[in-house]
Amino acid sequence: MTATAERPPEAHVTDPRNIVEVDDLKVHFPIRSGIFKSVQGSVKAVDGVTFDVRRGEILGLVGESGCGKSTIGRAMIRLREPTGGHVYFDGTDLGGLGNEALRKMRRRMQIIFQDPYGSLDPRMTVGSIVSEPLDTHGLAKGQAKRDRVAELLALVGLDPNYVQRYPHEFSGGQRQRIGVARALAVEPEFIVCDEPISALDVSIQAQVLNLLGDLRKRLGLTYLFVAHDLSVVKHISDRVAVMYLGKIVEIGPPDQLYSVPGHPYTRALLSAVPVPDPTAERKRKRVILKGDVPSPVNPPSGCRFHTRCWLYERLGQPENCRTDDPELTVLEGEHRAACHYSAEAQKTDVGVAHIDDRPVRHGTPDAALAYLAAEKVEDPAAIDATDSARLEAPIVVEAGIDEEDPRTETPTA
Amino acid sequence: MATISRPVPGTLVRPRRSAGLWADAWSRLRKNRLALFGLVLVSLLLFTGIFGPLLAPWPYQAQDLKAVAAAGGGPLPPGSPNHILGTDQLGRDLFSRLLDGARISVSVAFVVQLVILTLGVPIGALAGWFGGRVDNLLMRFTDIIYAFPDLLFIILLSVAFRDTAFGQAIDGLLMVFVAIGITSWVTVARLVRGQMLALKETEFVEAARAIGVKDRRIVTRHLLPNGMGPIIVAITLGIPGAILAEATLAYIGIGVQPPRASWGSLIAEGQKWIRSEPHLVTFPAIAIALALIGFTFLGDGLRDALDPKLKGKQ
Repeated sequence: MTATAERPPEAHVTDPRNIVEVDDLKVHFPIRSGIFKSVQGSVKAVDGVTFDVRRGEILGLVGESGCGKSTIGRAMIRLREPTGGHVYFDGTDLGGLGNEALRKMRRRMQIIFQDPYGSLDPRMTVGSIVSEPLDTHGLAKGQAKRDRVAELLALVGLDPNYVQRYPHEFSGGQRQRIGVARALAVEPEFIVCDEPISALDVSIQAQVLNLLGDLRKRLGLTYLFVAHDLSVVKHISDRVAVMYLGKIVEIGPPDQLYSVPGHPYTRALLSAVPVPDPTAERKRKRVILKGDVPSPVNPPSGCRFHTRCWLYERLGQPENCRTDDPELTVLEGEHRAACHYSAEAQKTDVGVAHIDDRPVRHGTPDAALAYLAAEKVEDPAAIDATDSARLEAPIVVEAGIDEEDPRTETPTA
Repeated sequence: MATISRPVPGTLVRPRRSAGLWADAWSRLRKNRLALFGLVLVSLLLFTGIFGPLLAPWPYQAQDLKAVAAAGGGPLPPGSPNHILGTDQLGRDLFSRLLDGARISVSVAFVVQLVILTLGVPIGALAGWFGGRVDNLLMRFTDIIYAFPDLLFIILLSVAFRDTAFGQAIDGLLMVFVAIGITSWVTVARLVRGQMLALKETEFVEAARAIGVKDRRIVTRHLLPNGMGPIIVAITLGIPGAILAEATLAYIGIGVQPPRASWGSLIAEGQKWIRSEPHLVTFPAIAIALALIGFTFLGDGLRDALDPKLKGKQ
C-alpha cells in the first residue's frame, strides 16, 4: 500500500462532470503452476480500458461472459486490485488510498450483485444485513439504527416487519431488494450494478429495473449497469459500452450505437438479439460468429476480434487488422468505436433491425420496453405528474410470503 | 435522503422472530431417530462422566476382599449381592470402576477437542484467509504432523516427556490427552482452511468488503459462522477417535495409572480372566462401543441437519 501511496501524482486532469474516470485500467490474473507456483502467464481480464462515467448517468456495459465486464465493475470500486492504470473517483485516485481512506471512500460507492442467493449472508437476519453498513461506518445506533433499517426496507419496497427474517425465507426478487437496501444504507453516489437482473425471473426483472430507475431519480445516483442483454441495456442506459476480450470496442449513446454500430462485433451481438417482429426478423441480415472467444491468456495480435470478424473476411483479410490494435476513434459526437474499418461497418446493414420507429402495440414486449424507455429522464426535475403518481403507488411485493411460509415450498433433501 | 414509499399498505405481515438456521437444524435433528439415540447416549455419558462417582456404590479403588474370599477367590460374577456387575479378582466393584472410567473418556473428549479448537481452527483460519505464503507455510507444517503415525507419535510423546519437568508438572493422563490432541488437530485445520477458501470468494463476503467491513470482523462475523456446521460435525465425529485412542493407550499401559482405571485398562486387566469371567472384558467393551456409537450417530445426524444438501453423501 505504501508503494502506491508514494507514487507521484499523475498529470491527470479530471473533469468535474465525471464521477468516475477509468484510465488505461488493466486487471491481470496470474496463472501459477508447478510445485514452485511460478507464474506461467496471466489472464488479461481487463487489458487497457479508458472511459468515464458522468454524474447521474446510467452507463451500460455489455459483452459476452468472460470478457471482463464484471472485473471492470469490481476494479472501479477497488474490490479487485488493478494490475495497471488508474481509477479516479470524484478526482481521487483510488489506487493511492490507504486502507482507512479507502474504507471511508466505500461510503460513496457500492455494488449490487448478480446472484441474489449468494450475496446475502445466510446466517444473518435481514435487519443485521442492512444494518451492517451502518455499524461499519458508525452511521446510526439504537433506535435510530432500527428506524433507518425500516426506512431502507420501505425504500426498496419491502415490509419493515421483515427485519427478523433470514434470507432463505425470501424470493429472488425480494432478496435482490435486500441487496439494494444494503447498498443504499451508506447513501452512495455511484453504484456498480453487476448483472442485477440476469438471475431473476423475467416477471421480476422489470420490477427490479423499475426500482433501480426510481431510486436513481429520487437519490440522484449514478449506475454502471453491467449486463449481457443488449435489449435491456438499450432501454435504460444513457450510454452503452461494448466489451470484447478485456477491451471496450464501442461506446456511445444507445440510439446511435444500436442503429449505426461502428464495430463488427456490436453488429454480431445485435444480430443475436431476437426481434419480436417476424417481418423485420426475416428481413434483417444476421451474422453468426464462428468459434469461441479466444483465450484471454494469449489474445490475438492486432485487433482482438479479427479471428472471428465477418468484416475482416469480407474485406479480404486486410493486414492492419492482424498487426495494429485499433484505438477508440470518434465516429460522430460521443459515439466511438475501435475498428480500422468502422466506416465500412456502418455502411452495411448487418444485425440491425429497423423496427424502432414503429408504433408500439400494447401487450407486446415492445410495449413493456417502451415503458421502461420512458423511465429515462435526463433532468430529474422533468418527472411529470403521472410518473410521480405511479411512483407513489405501492411497489408490489411478490405474493407468497405473507400468508404462508415459503420454506415449505423449497425442497430440503 | 427521502423515503420513497410508505410500508406497503394492505400487507398482512406480522413481526415475528423466524427460525434461524440453528433452529432449523434442530428441527431437522429432532426428526432423525438415530441422531436422537446418539444424543441420548452422549448425554448419558456426559452425565456419568460428571456425576458418576456420586452414583457409584463403591469408591473405584475399594476392595471387597471379604466377598471375594467368601466366593473362594477370583472375580465375582455379575449379579452378586452389592456388586451388580461383579468385581475383579481384587474385589473392586466393576460398575463403580466403569463409572469412573466414563469420567476419563469424557475428559479425553473435552481436552482433545479443546486442543483441536485452539490449534486447528486458528491455524486453518489464518491459512485460508491470508492464502499465499502464510497458507503454504502453515499447510506444509500441517502435512508434516499429518504424516506422522499417530499412535507411535503419542507413545513417543508421552514416554519422552514422562520424566522431564514438563511431564512431571502435568498429570500423566493429561499428557496423553495433549498428545492425542496434537496429532488430531490437522484434520480440523484443513477443514477450516477449505471452508475459508470457499467462503471468502462468496459474494456476501465481497459485499462486506465493498461496505468497508474490517478483515477481522469479516472472519468472525461472516466466515466462521458460515463454516461452523462442518467444523462442529468434524469435532463430534473426531471424539470417538480420541476416546478409542485413549482406550488403546490404556490397554497397552500408557496413560492412566492403577488403581485408577479407564475402559481400555479395564479390558487389559480383565483379559486374564476372559475364559472364566468374560464380563470383565465385555462390560468395558460395551461401554466403549456405546460411547463411540453415540458420538458417531450424533455427528452423522448433525451433518445432515446442518447441511441438508449433503444428506446421504460422505
